[in-house]
Amino acid sequence: MLPIVLLSVFGIINLFFGFLRSNRVLLPFALVVLALVFGLNLLDWNHAGSITGLFDSPYVAQMLTVDNYSVAFSGIVLLTALVLLPFSRSYVAANEPNLAEYYSLLLFSLVGAIMMVSYNHLIMLFVGIEILSISMYCLAGSDKRNVRSNEAALKYFLQGAFATGILLFGIALVYGATGTFQLNELAAAIAAPANASLQSMLYVGVLMMVIGIGFKVSAAPFHFWTPDVYEGTPTFFTAFMSTVVKTAGFAAFLKLLLVALPGASAVWLPTIVAMCVLTLLLGNVGAAVQTSAKRMLAYSSVSHAGYLLLGLVAGRGQLSGPAAQAIFFYSLAYSVATVAAFGVLKLVSDQRQREDYAGLAGLARTNPLLAFSMTLAMLSLGGIPLTGGFFGKFFIFTAVVAQGYIWLVVFAVLMSMVGIYYYLRPVIAMYMRPAEPGNDAPIVVDGFQSATLVLLALLTLVLGILPGFLSNIL
Amino acid sequence: MLTAFLVFFPLAAALLLHFAKGSAARILALGASFLELAVAVFAAIVYARSGPTGFDLNLSWIPSAGINFHLGIDGLSLCLVLLTTVLVPIILATAFRHEEYENPGAFYALVLFMQTGLLGVFTAMDAFVFYFFWEVALLPIYFLASVWSRSDRRIQITFKFFLYTFIGSLFMLAGFVYLYLQTGPAAGSLAAHSSDIQAFYTTGKQLAASQQAWLFWLIFAAFAVKMPIFPFHTWQPDTYTESPAPATMLLSGIMLKMGIYGCLRWLLPVVPLGVTQWQQLVMVLAIIGIIYGAIIAIRQHDIKRLIAYSSLSHVGLMIAGVFSLRAIGLQGAVVQMLAHGVNVVGMFLVADAIERRTGTRHIADLGGLTRRTPLLSVCFLVMLLSTVALPLTGGFVGEFLLLAGVYEFNMWAGAIAGLTIIFSAVYLLRMYQRVMLGPDSAHSDTMTDLTGAELTMFIPLIALVFWLGLFPGTFLHLSEPTISSILTAVGR
Repeated sequence: MLPIVLLSVFGIINLFFGFLRSNRVLLPFALVVLALVFGLNLLDWNHAGSITGLFDSPYVAQMLTVDNYSVAFSGIVLLTALVLLPFSRSYVAANEPNLAEYYSLLLFSLVGAIMMVSYNHLIMLFVGIEILSISMYCLAGSDKRNVRSNEAALKYFLQGAFATGILLFGIALVYGATGTFQLNELAAAIAAPANASLQSMLYVGVLMMVIGIGFKVSAAPFHFWTPDVYEGTPTFFTAFMSTVVKTAGFAAFLKLLLVALPGASAVWLPTIVAMCVLTLLLGNVGAAVQTSAKRMLAYSSVSHAGYLLLGLVAGRGQLSGPAAQAIFFYSLAYSVATVAAFGVLKLVSDQRQREDYAGLAGLARTNPLLAFSMTLAMLSLGGIPLTGGFFGKFFIFTAVVAQGYIWLVVFAVLMSMVGIYYYLRPVIAMYMRPAEPGNDAPIVVDGFQSATLVLLALLTLVLGILPGFLSNIL
Repeated sequence: MLTAFLVFFPLAAALLLHFAKGSAARILALGASFLELAVAVFAAIVYARSGPTGFDLNLSWIPSAGINFHLGIDGLSLCLVLLTTVLVPIILATAFRHEEYENPGAFYALVLFMQTGLLGVFTAMDAFVFYFFWEVALLPIYFLASVWSRSDRRIQITFKFFLYTFIGSLFMLAGFVYLYLQTGPAAGSLAAHSSDIQAFYTTGKQLAASQQAWLFWLIFAAFAVKMPIFPFHTWQPDTYTESPAPATMLLSGIMLKMGIYGCLRWLLPVVPLGVTQWQQLVMVLAIIGIIYGAIIAIRQHDIKRLIAYSSLSHVGLMIAGVFSLRAIGLQGAVVQMLAHGVNVVGMFLVADAIERRTGTRHIADLGGLTRRTPLLSVCFLVMLLSTVALPLTGGFVGEFLLLAGVYEFNMWAGAIAGLTIIFSAVYLLRMYQRVMLGPDSAHSDTMTDLTGAELTMFIPLIALVFWLGLFPGTFLHLSEPTISSILTAVGR
């Protein structure tokens, strides 16, 4: 609870910095706030109901729950935002107008994300998704003078609003069939239906909810907004979208399926399996044919939604079961690697003004650290051992095989072979192709950004070498 | 402790190399590889005295999944550990000869990093630890072979190499995950499954023959690509030819043995029924590889490419020996792994020495080199004769045992596989004749002999050739217990 309150309060305070003439204070302030909130969030670990006691009141407790599950996923979301922030330096340097609002929107969107991972009531899920999404619609269009950014914001908004409508409709139908918004009461109502004639209404509702959330996490066939939106959005916010939004979305998704809807798995399981196959196929094949590194990362984020959907297929049992563990580990490894990849891409594209593979050429010579970070990130996203991404895939695949979906895992393995193909291309460009003449000056990176990249690289390696200490914590 | 030091010391040295420049980097890299060699020799002495018990390292790695970081050394592992630690200093020294390498410190660091991966593979006693190191070995060699190559086609070639081997190992991983989920919990562990090698041995052989049949191919895919066996070999000649010399030596001298070692340790005892079902098919593929490699080698004009195809042919014989499932064939494979490692590194060393002096590997451009290079000629000839399997050399012992194994399996198979010796005599002696002897070429007057440093690199190789040829018992004795336990598991 404290993280939500603090982020909201500091977000509002942050708005007033907009009156200042200088933007210098914004980044340090946001970093301090996030570090503080991240630490406070961890204090709730193993304190079901939160150490502040705010959750002991039944009113709040029925809306939101603080448990290890929510703390763990809030932790990922906050950590991601924290390590992403240093890459916003160029906005401060350019003295961008309205910068205070952007930082405030980031903080507000985190409020939404935390609500999404700790909801216990479908209305809170909806409110959380909306807080997160509306902040993102604005941020997608934050490069006001760029047509592509405007296009991204408009597309994202229209399609997001459409998806939200479907989600809300689904919630309404489920409520109509069961008479409750509470997750555990829902599960009980589905297990022992009071009125059998409402079954079909319930099923349609469940299906619409799955589709609504599927939109948000860019699962195929509802992914088509992703590449355009990700490409048009300023790189910094693309990174935010493809990590925070996805992590929160999947945490919410898993909680919904595990806690509220185990009785309706006859409806959602085949749907998720079909979405998973399509997402893996379209995401990976789509990424393989790109020439722009940013667009490749956009499709790659679709493909990772596919692997996370695979984790949902294994979604049975407790919120501390193998599926939740695997999705937690995967989201963490994915977020760390994605932040590093987008961070490097942003630094490079700010200076070289191009976002394709050729823009990365020769980076190993001019900026070994950037090249190394990017390489590690690509290896992790590709799921190669020594990196966190390998164990993320490993845990998910093992959980799914244990549920008997061998063919699905075989398909996912085949798709990750395609993944190797496109994740190696930036590496080849950086290490084996010479930079464009005239555009080959070393990229300017400040010490703080370098330190962040080193931290991310270390995190990726630690996750890949010593996964044991995080693989069973929920 | 000794095992952990052996595996992780090269990695530590590789990290330290980041802070060393110029000649300091060379001294550090070479010093580290010599220290590693000394420790390996020490380990061999300890092993000879007190057996494998002291080498077991079993730490909890992912406790919730029952995966332990389990390393161990037995006689079979020790042979390959020794091979690796002997060859790495020579490979590093080859890299020192190349002044033109950009950022040489990173090159040495990657070689040492690779050594960690290789030693991890040869000592892993847990399936996932094995897979982990298997991939760890792939990353450095990919960068070694691509970044420092001067070929125009390096990007495509190494890309193909990476994709092939990575896809092969993903199949192996899939097979391991399936087996892992069939295992029961290890003693004293809370996890439902275990990936320890013993758990795999007991679980694997209880599976139905039909399951073992497809599991065999999943696991074998990784080994087949790595060795490589016909028809999974298409990445090999290009990669061997276009990689820088030290990378080629790592690939052919050591990395190839990962595949054969993998068959011995992680295939034969794990899915014995699968092995017996597919034994004949693999045998046929291996023999096709022998003949195919040899015939193509005869037609080659490039020294490195010729050696690459020759290696393909010799690997075929090793696979045939392993799949004969006879003690003599398996023992032959062990000796031949060592002998081939030494021979092929020696051959590539010769090729590199000639290429650096003359600027060409094209056989037609060379000739009459022997006039001014007595030392090179002798070293070349020794390596060549060992590859041809002349008695007294290591190659002879290895190939003789292998052929005996194949002959026991099937007389005709033995007869066809035996052609490898005749063929290799044809293409290797022809190459020697056209490069070293024959009519003078533009290079025969300007050619210089081996320097003292280069000669020092050849001396240990030549010594090993004769050691393996005269006293193969040293190594046969080491590997004998492991081989017989493998054969018991397969039911022979």
